[in-house]
Amino acid sequence: MSLKIMNKTTRSNMITYAMVIIAFVIVQVLIGNGSISSRLQGQLVPICAYIVMAISLNLTVGVLGELSLGHAGFMSAGAFSGIVVASCLSQNTDNEPLILVISMIVGGVVAAIVGFLVGVPVLRLSGDYLAIVTLAFGEIIKGIVNNLYVGLDGSGLHVSLIKNTVEMTDGTMLINGPMGLTTIPRVASFTAGFILILVCLFVIFNLVNSKSGRAIMALRDNRIAAQSVGINVTNYKLMAFVISAAMAGMAGVLFTANFSTVVASKFDFNTSILILVFVVLGGLGNMRGSIIAATVLTVLPEVLRSFSDYRMLVYAIVLIVMMLATNNPTLKQGISMIISKLKGKNSAKGGSANV
Amino acid sequence: MSKLVPIPSTGFLNERDIGQTPVLEATHLGIEFGGLKAVDDFNLTVGRTEIAGLIGPNGAGKTTVFNLLTKVYQPTHGTILLDGIDTHGMNAIQVNKAGIARTFQNIRLFSSLSVEDNVKLGLHNHTHYSTLEGILRLPRYWQEEKRTHERALELLSIFDMQHLANHKAGSLPYGAQRRLEIVRALATEPKLLLLDEPAAGMNPSETEELMENIRKIRDTFQIAILLIEHDMQLVTGICEGIAVLNYGKIIAKGTPKEVINNPDVIRSYLGE
Repeated sequence: MSLKIMNKTTRSNMITYAMVIIAFVIVQVLIGNGSISSRLQGQLVPICAYIVMAISLNLTVGVLGELSLGHAGFMSAGAFSGIVVASCLSQNTDNEPLILVISMIVGGVVAAIVGFLVGVPVLRLSGDYLAIVTLAFGEIIKGIVNNLYVGLDGSGLHVSLIKNTVEMTDGTMLINGPMGLTTIPRVASFTAGFILILVCLFVIFNLVNSKSGRAIMALRDNRIAAQSVGINVTNYKLMAFVISAAMAGMAGVLFTANFSTVVASKFDFNTSILILVFVVLGGLGNMRGSIIAATVLTVLPEVLRSFSDYRMLVYAIVLIVMMLATNNPTLKQGISMIISKLKGKNSAKGGSANV
Repeated sequence: MSKLVPIPSTGFLNERDIGQTPVLEATHLGIEFGGLKAVDDFNLTVGRTEIAGLIGPNGAGKTTVFNLLTKVYQPTHGTILLDGIDTHGMNAIQVNKAGIARTFQNIRLFSSLSVEDNVKLGLHNHTHYSTLEGILRLPRYWQEEKRTHERALELLSIFDMQHLANHKAGSLPYGAQRRLEIVRALATEPKLLLLDEPAAGMNPSETEELMENIRKIRDTFQIAILLIEHDMQLVTGICEGIAVLNYGKIIAKGTPKEVINNPDVIRSYLGE
């Protein structure tokens, strides 16, 4: 298929895929050269995880049009369940990719189930009310995981809540209450993150361009009209919410498997807001924007580390400037005018060259 | 207190539709909003291929009747038989599947989606592939999407709008948005099409064209159409039967000629 036959959406999706692949190749080459600092290299997997978080939240906020403030909750649910499975598996096999894939699937499924359970009552609400309830849900998940004790020994898993009553002779604590995950098998890799991004993009793009995706966007545009043409509002709302939660769960596993210890409070309200910032800055419903925003805003604090004291100040200024730039009609007009002028010049040049 | 037993209606049918089950039979239909009877004892029969009109002054309850028929509101009284089937207990989605499609007085399009997608959403329940098939792009996805695409263009051609297929629905001019809403409603393959002020905001020549098209739709699709309209020229021009609503009650019913000469109608709506 040549670029001309494809319609506008397909072409835009292809550009996004290409952008991700090219970025991956460039980073791999730079790593080979040794021109990326080790600190930045350590950021590669979290960037991938944040990108997946951003595009999955964009499905809820941008495509479905419902504000969710508890996205980190799903990340947490996926991360903790996935890593417990990874720890169990790592005692039997050394195949890191296999461990990662299985634990990601488990994390995704658990997060999807949690998403379903939360979604059934919550999605009857909309707007601010839905935002408040999802916020509370995120805090509840954090509270539960903060008080969860899971140990593993020869006889299997031991679980207790609130008080640590796990008694083992020669086992290890996997989740140790407020201390969180203490023995994480570090199976995450940049390549795995890259593949996860591609898979999530594939699912979201294909979903949006199918019958179900159209229905989801129809709900966002006009719920009453959607009902009037026989679209089951609840089902499609729930579908978008659950798919988004499952992806967050997988991102959680990827994120966590990059560190040796992670505490539950890592996935708190601040993380949810951070991801929402990626989505809003990248543009609602714009997956490519989310990817760029997530990357820039994760790398930026690292780059600015040398400014130490002024780091958050600069970060805030960048946020404000980006917000103004992306939402300012006059500025947008100016930019598009400059672009069209440049294009005009180019095509004129091309024309004369042809003659 | 809902009356569930259908009572023989006082409605009339045009000769063409006599002997067939009427597509709509509403009996003693009513709704109360906290003691206020917005619609009271509404009886109406619409024949299989009839074009019927519902007129009346502002606030008479015309749109409320549409909302009752499409179950945006659940009626507190009476029954609605759609093609002989009682719609009691159905919700808006089930009523659409059972065969009622509508347009809205204040246009409700999926304005950020393309014109074609709007029609495809009308075809939603006639597009047969699962979400998983859609995500994995299995053969059925391509077949069904191709069929839906062709059907959408075919439907758009009723109003000669194929060339607008890739435009954003929200960017269309007012008249085109109204026409698109009709196409979207038709896509759901209804037995009864409800049009809420289809000519609102249209100039005389556009209204003329719309009248032609409403007739054309009835003839091609062999469906019944019930419309709310203030433009008396349109109503008397195409409707075979007219019901006049005032303060939630039907004050007159009959052929256009009978209705416009009815003294009650002249007093309360048409003016002397």
